[in-house]
Amino acid sequence: MNLTLHVWRQKNARDKGRMVRYEAKDVNPHMSILEMLDVVNEQLTLQGINPIAFDHDCREGICGMCSLMVNGIAHGPEPGTTVCQLHMRHFKDGDTIYIEPWRARAFPVIKDLIVDRSALDRIIQAGGFVSINTGGAPDGNAIPVPKDAAETAMDAAACIGCGACVASCKNASAMLFVAAKVSHLANLPQGKAEAHERVRQMVAQMDAEGFGGCTNYFECEAVCPKEISVRFIAQMNREFMTASVRKLTTAAAAKSSGFG
Amino acid sequence: MKLESKVPSGPLAEKWDKHKFELKLVNPANKRKFHVIVVGSGLAGASAAASLAELGYTVSCFCYQDSPRRAHSIAAQGGINAAKNYQNDGDSVYRLFYDTIKGGDFRSREANVYRLAQLSTAIIDQCVAQGVPFAREYGGTLANRSFGGALVSRTFYARGQTGQQLLLGAYSALSRQIGKGQVQMFTRSEMLDLVLVNGHAKGIIVRDMVSGQITSHSADAVVLATGGYSNVYFLSTNAKGCNVTAIYRAYKKGALMANPCYIQIHPTCIPVSGDYQSKLTLMSESLRNDGRIWVPKTAGDKRPPNQIPESERDYYLERKYPTYGNLAPRDISSRAAKEVCDAGCGVGETRQGVYLDFSDAIKRLGAHVIAERYGNLFHMYEKITGENPYEVPMRIYPAPHYTMGGLWVDYNLESNIPGLFVLGEANFSDHGANRLGASALMQGLADGYFVIPYTIGDYFARTGPGRPSTDHAEFKAAEKEVQEKTRKLLSINGRRTVDSFHRELGKIMWEYCGMGRNESGLRKALSAIPALRAEFHQDVKVPGENEELNQSLERAGRLADFLEFAELMCHDALQRNESCGGHFREEYQTKEGEAQRNDAEFCYVSCWEYGGAGQAPILHKEPLEFETVHLAQRSYK
Repeated sequence: MNLTLHVWRQKNARDKGRMVRYEAKDVNPHMSILEMLDVVNEQLTLQGINPIAFDHDCREGICGMCSLMVNGIAHGPEPGTTVCQLHMRHFKDGDTIYIEPWRARAFPVIKDLIVDRSALDRIIQAGGFVSINTGGAPDGNAIPVPKDAAETAMDAAACIGCGACVASCKNASAMLFVAAKVSHLANLPQGKAEAHERVRQMVAQMDAEGFGGCTNYFECEAVCPKEISVRFIAQMNREFMTASVRKLTTAAAAKSSGFG
Repeated sequence: MKLESKVPSGPLAEKWDKHKFELKLVNPANKRKFHVIVVGSGLAGASAAASLAELGYTVSCFCYQDSPRRAHSIAAQGGINAAKNYQNDGDSVYRLFYDTIKGGDFRSREANVYRLAQLSTAIIDQCVAQGVPFAREYGGTLANRSFGGALVSRTFYARGQTGQQLLLGAYSALSRQIGKGQVQMFTRSEMLDLVLVNGHAKGIIVRDMVSGQITSHSADAVVLATGGYSNVYFLSTNAKGCNVTAIYRAYKKGALMANPCYIQIHPTCIPVSGDYQSKLTLMSESLRNDGRIWVPKTAGDKRPPNQIPESERDYYLERKYPTYGNLAPRDISSRAAKEVCDAGCGVGETRQGVYLDFSDAIKRLGAHVIAERYGNLFHMYEKITGENPYEVPMRIYPAPHYTMGGLWVDYNLESNIPGLFVLGEANFSDHGANRLGASALMQGLADGYFVIPYTIGDYFARTGPGRPSTDHAEFKAAEKEVQEKTRKLLSINGRRTVDSFHRELGKIMWEYCGMGRNESGLRKALSAIPALRAEFHQDVKVPGENEELNQSLERAGRLADFLEFAELMCHDALQRNESCGGHFREEYQTKEGEAQRNDAEFCYVSCWEYGGAGQAPILHKEPLEFETVHLAQRSYK
């Protein structure tokens, strides 16, 4: 099949960037869209044109590195699929495909289709963990975890941190990403002890990074390659409210008892 | 060169405890004075960086991805072994040790493997405490599944995403230390050289992959946890960025490369479909718990699988290995698949494939149980192939997956260069000539959480703090050399792309140094590789500049190292005149076509020393001494 591509080209963070048209000829329907770009890049290289830069690594849908808007949809039109697993059999001969980077204030473009997602790492660094040092952990079976709690935690923990939720949200909100980590740990006994501190720190960092708020459009859930549910956002909101009230009441109690 | 394994004396089961007591300690107040560089942020690297930072050491951690969470450990699917014996089915530390030694075809170091089995149980506890959502039974206890090469159920798992969940556990521990400022993280940073000062590893040269800037970083010790080199075959189950550069450049600085020819070809991968293909995708070995492997009995049978009656199917693993059946170890299963395909019984368009069929399990357990166990794998298979494995059997074929070889290390995981420690897949230490399923995660985490925190302290206590300045002449010389290499690659401006060379190298290696090897093939490869390398350095086209994000340049640098390393692999395969594990020399096989070891002559680790540019590498041998285990012909019948 033959396709027309319109691809975002931007030399570096300072460059303004623009869409550039390329023709992709004799595309095999079994290729992934990244393999199609590989072939285009081979041709560009031989023509002396700088190839299109895009992030990718595992190419099996789990590392979370690939990050393309395809025809305006994060990771393209197939639900529950990262763009590295989007195969050309889902397109038709003669199609025009628009390929752009994630767009969000918190994800500045580095080059072409590559953006900086380090804001997501900083949110995790602010509290997305259980504070336990290596060594001295109790036996794995010492604390039973109900099967449904473990399954729910796993549903949330499946997040690959790709940032598609942010890219697809009109507010560039990272709520689904943050909610996935908050809920993963809040559903397990191991994460409970510091659940309040965790959610407050992570939300504060999320706000500091310039992500927007959630206005319940649920685009994030629609594009999430791991199909993470927005009900985790509800859980995070609940956790956050409880944590905030708890903080206020503890502060008031401490003040009245003279330990403020 | 004298190779000291530093294996402690005494009974096998007491060696590690005794050794831990003998290792020197660093005063807690002095730990912050020691700087450690950790290269790689996978299971081994992230767990090491986090654990060392928790102890109080000052850590810098480097990865080439945009986040430490993306290291390729994340793609491990099936599970992690541990000798918990929660199933009451006869497991023990000794049995896990023995299975691993036997699985590795008696080509690994006994004491290291025993320690690995001992530490396995603490890993599970640690990961549970971090909040890793392992699969649970209804009573809330941890669930287990079976894996190849074992007759007990000792594999812990989180759906088909165990590697992801374990890595996110290690990543969260690492993130906690980054947040505290105890670890400085360098992402999109590629190590391009190791720097030695007075014979000790004291730093690295790094290219910032966004700006192209080349900088020096100094430390009191360097830890490499940079994974394996399966991408020498171009097509493998590794991530596109996985490479040999860090360990190869360390080799060129004097570190010994051990057993480079020991490669694991994984039996259950989605077959190659065309020339454009950029990588191969693994289907977890755990699928062999419920899937049955077969091919048509008649060569060239092109009927669709559901029209081939039971009596005309050859369930060849069940036929050849009745005891282990579909759970025969990886090397044996892969060779068996090659054998039936070579005999013309392969399936699919290319005839390079075998069926992995779930219809019996679906009949027995129901589709919902199979979906719960393997849902995400079935989903992934369908996305790639466009076929529904609930209805049509999967087609699978072996593919390069894991490299047992790597830098030589002693019992402390220290290489022959003092202060250079190597962890996880990047070292050679625990898997011998073949790795059992669900053991890579175990080894990466054992090394990072529970070995390096002890052994690095001993090195520091003996040497004292005092990292050199990056103005030191050794750093300046290494920086210059790296810049010169980069400049050369960019200036060739030839007619062929980097990937076209890489694909060609991959074909040579797959043909002559893949699942089956023989002397004449290896000699062919040893003349083809230098020719290809020469052509690469004359005719490669690397567009763009150094001072920018340049993915072609990154790939060219990695390929330049693969083009040298491939030759070393072939030298190693050629000198080892025996078959063992994943190294199958066609000249050395039993009457039944199984690997024929030669313990009298080859019961050693081959350790290669860089001989200089254009010179042959120099072979050293570490004899493998077995104090407890009796060497036997491996049998899974």
